[in-house]
Amino acid sequence: MTREDNTKNEKTQSDKKTNILSGLIKKKENSADVFKDGSVSVKNANLWYGDFQALKDVSLEIPDRKVTAFIGPSGCGKSTLLKCLNRMNDLIEGCRIEGRFEVGGTDIYKSADVNLLRKNVGMVFQKPNLFPMSIYDNICYGPRTHGIRKKSELDEIVERSLKEAAMWDEAKNRLSKSALGMSGGQQQRLCIARALAVRPKVLLLDEPTSALDPISTGKIEELTSELKKELTVIIVTHNMQQATRIADKTAFFLLGELIEYSDTEELFINPEDPRTERYITGKFG
Amino acid sequence: MSTRNRYEQELKAISDELIAMQRAVERAIDRAIEAFVTKDKTLAAGTAENDVEINRMERDIEQHCLKVLLMEHPVAGDFREITAALKMITDLERIGDQARDICEIVLQSGDGEYVKKPEHIPRMAKIVSGMVKDSVYSYVNRDLAVATSLDKHDDIVDNIFVEIKDEIVNIIRANKDNAEQAVYFLMIAKYLERIADHAVNIGEWVEYAITGSHH
Ligand SMILES: Nc1ncnc2c1ncn2[C@@H]1O[C@H](COP(=O)(O)OP(=O)(O)O)[C@@H](O)[C@H]1O
Ligand SMILES: [Mg+2]
Repeated sequence: MTREDNTKNEKTQSDKKTNILSGLIKKKENSADVFKDGSVSVKNANLWYGDFQALKDVSLEIPDRKVTAFIGPSGCGKSTLLKCLNRMNDLIEGCRIEGRFEVGGTDIYKSADVNLLRKNVGMVFQKPNLFPMSIYDNICYGPRTHGIRKKSELDEIVERSLKEAAMWDEAKNRLSKSALGMSGGQQQRLCIARALAVRPKVLLLDEPTSALDPISTGKIEELTSELKKELTVIIVTHNMQQATRIADKTAFFLLGELIEYSDTEELFINPEDPRTERYITGKFG
Repeated sequence: MSTRNRYEQELKAISDELIAMQRAVERAIDRAIEAFVTKDKTLAAGTAENDVEINRMERDIEQHCLKVLLMEHPVAGDFREITAALKMITDLERIGDQARDICEIVLQSGDGEYVKKPEHIPRMAKIVSGMVKDSVYSYVNRDLAVATSLDKHDDIVDNIFVEIKDEIVNIIRANKDNAEQAVYFLMIAKYLERIADHAVNIGEWVEYAITGSHH
């Protein structure tokens, strides 16, 4: 197993960097046997940026093919935890991570290479971050780095991804046009299509609608409900109604701690912790 | 104004409307019983007619609650407060119906004197209307102790009902000519007993609003 070979010594930052590069060079990976599904398990996660502790003993089990929302005030560590799940914190200078992070039963800091991990755990950010290329090339970017070259195969991936992102009708006649010419809401859905192109098992969405108008927001919310038939969605949102509309489970964070994690309905109707109640009812501060 | 303040203002307004509805219902019970005791058919007719007012109050409060749910998106304790209010008004409206039913019995009953001056029924009515008042105030004051104490009052009411029933059986046994009157007494006692049940229901919704558990 080559995977084991290049993940043996991962103690230092520089080792991790080499590891990412070696991952990029690899042509084909069979992820099926590494991540058995899109479930996510976090056990006793602690994370420091230098002296500052951004995550404090966080443990939670996120079920496969459900939508899970992370809520909490700014700076409570939601994005930090999200980024741990596809190892985006690895390259941050001075960032130290403890604990166990699993995707589909596999320890992602020990036994999976970063490139393979990111193929399985896609991420979409608050602001669309498309490449200055055509719509077609944006979507093919991921599959191409994973070695897919055949035109017919790429065509198929583009069509499927755009359809899954509910974008096909809007995009099919302008595939060769620049992706940056689309509206903000379209660009965000294109980012989702791009993430879907490599068929991830988990999709991380970090405040994906906070810059969008209500109609584009509605489309993305609808999309998440469709997507969960195929994969696990974890969404950071500041919009409580959004969490109640789309999330099966909700986790509330405060100052780096996971305060409460339960079924969304339970959390919003009958929260256990008074801090959750104060936050969601707007009684804080 | 902040969302929080706006919500709290709305909740205060709903509480005031609930108190007004409780007062209307209490007045309906008192008048129905007074009309019964004094055989005052005009009072009975007027009180029965006034039930439409209580029905209107239910609809208004319901609209208000739905508006708050829609506009303020309350969650957690706030959400439970509004849902509890929505459920409570259904019970209050039913209590109004039962006061009207008592009035209708008064209207149907004959003009002759009572075989026996009603005692138990006015006593029962006093307890019952106190329960209704307590139930609504336990909501307004978030008073869990009062809300859960309604069960005990309900037991007292049930005991009085049994006493009344036994007495009525004796009246009928003593003289069959009094049977019709006795049946009216029994029906009124039964309506009062049902009102007490509604007050207990309201107490349970208050418990839900405060603690999140409902049985
Ligand atoms: N790269 C970084 N270096 C230092 N501190 C950081 C870094 N990223 C985030 N933080 C700090 O960690 C805390 C959590 O941040 P973040 O996870 O972005 O919060 P959230 O997404 O909940 O708003 C914040 O106090 C933030 O300032
Ligand atoms: Mg964030």
